[in-house]
Amino acid sequence: MRIDFLYWEGCPSHEEALHRLRAVLAEEGIAAEVRVIHVGTEELARALAFPGSPTIRVEGRDVQPHTAAADGRLTCRLYFLDDGRPSPLPSAEMLRRAVRAARAAPERGGATA
Amino acid sequence: MTLAMHQQIIPFTLPGVDGRTYTEADFAQAKVLAVIFWCNHCPYVRAWEDRVIALQREYAGRGVRFVLINSNDPQKYPEDAFPRMQERARLKAYPFPYLFDESQEVARRYGATRTPEVFLFDADRTLRYHGAPDDNFEDPRAVRQHYLRDAVEAVLANRNPPLAQTPPRGCTIKWR
Repeated sequence: MRIDFLYWEGCPSHEEALHRLRAVLAEEGIAAEVRVIHVGTEELARALAFPGSPTIRVEGRDVQPHTAAADGRLTCRLYFLDDGRPSPLPSAEMLRRAVRAARAAPERGGATA
Repeated sequence: MTLAMHQQIIPFTLPGVDGRTYTEADFAQAKVLAVIFWCNHCPYVRAWEDRVIALQREYAGRGVRFVLINSNDPQKYPEDAFPRMQERARLKAYPFPYLFDESQEVARRYGATRTPEVFLFDADRTLRYHGAPDDNFEDPRAVRQHYLRDAVEAVLANRNPPLAQTPPRGCTIKWR
């Protein structure tokens, strides 16, 4: 499984998000290649259609597509949790759903350890 | 440099979303005054927003006033432009003035760097608490340390806050 973890250092939530992602992968027994990408310039943000930090794409699909407006700028990402609360971080459940969905799609080449 | 503990409040004169211009003197009757650097777009602000509103409502009758200041550059972050501030304040029925620091001078003089970032002053307007609203932006039910609430209670009781300083957690202020 291929995962892109995009972050901007101006937003303090990325370390916690990466830790949460790795914990979910370990719990799910998923061997994934996590590509950590620092989005450090407005140009790169535009090129990557970066909706804010942190952004996690599992097999190219955002973990919360409906909040992934392609602003392409350096900002913090606003997520909405299952109960509607706003959050600067995706929840573990959100990440779990995303990796399970990718694993269930064999044509994407999901791998289980 | 950030305003140091026990220093005096830094004066400000800023427009509010209600069309009035506010200075620190407008809050002269308050026993406790919190100057909170704020904005619309930041997810940390949004995560803490309801808690800060609830806290102001809870303590309004005890002489506690909060004032919010947005210093972000609206050219880079249009959600933080003055008309959008007015919309947000209306939508959430803000029980406090929400001021626009267009020149960013107030944020610079306070040494504020994040949103949200709380500067809490006592009746003499000396700084008694600086930092985050509490220790868990993500989950109000998981909060263990109610920094702002505890500081307000302490100052109202003429005690020192249990924690005078915590690291502000949030988005960086968006400078020009």
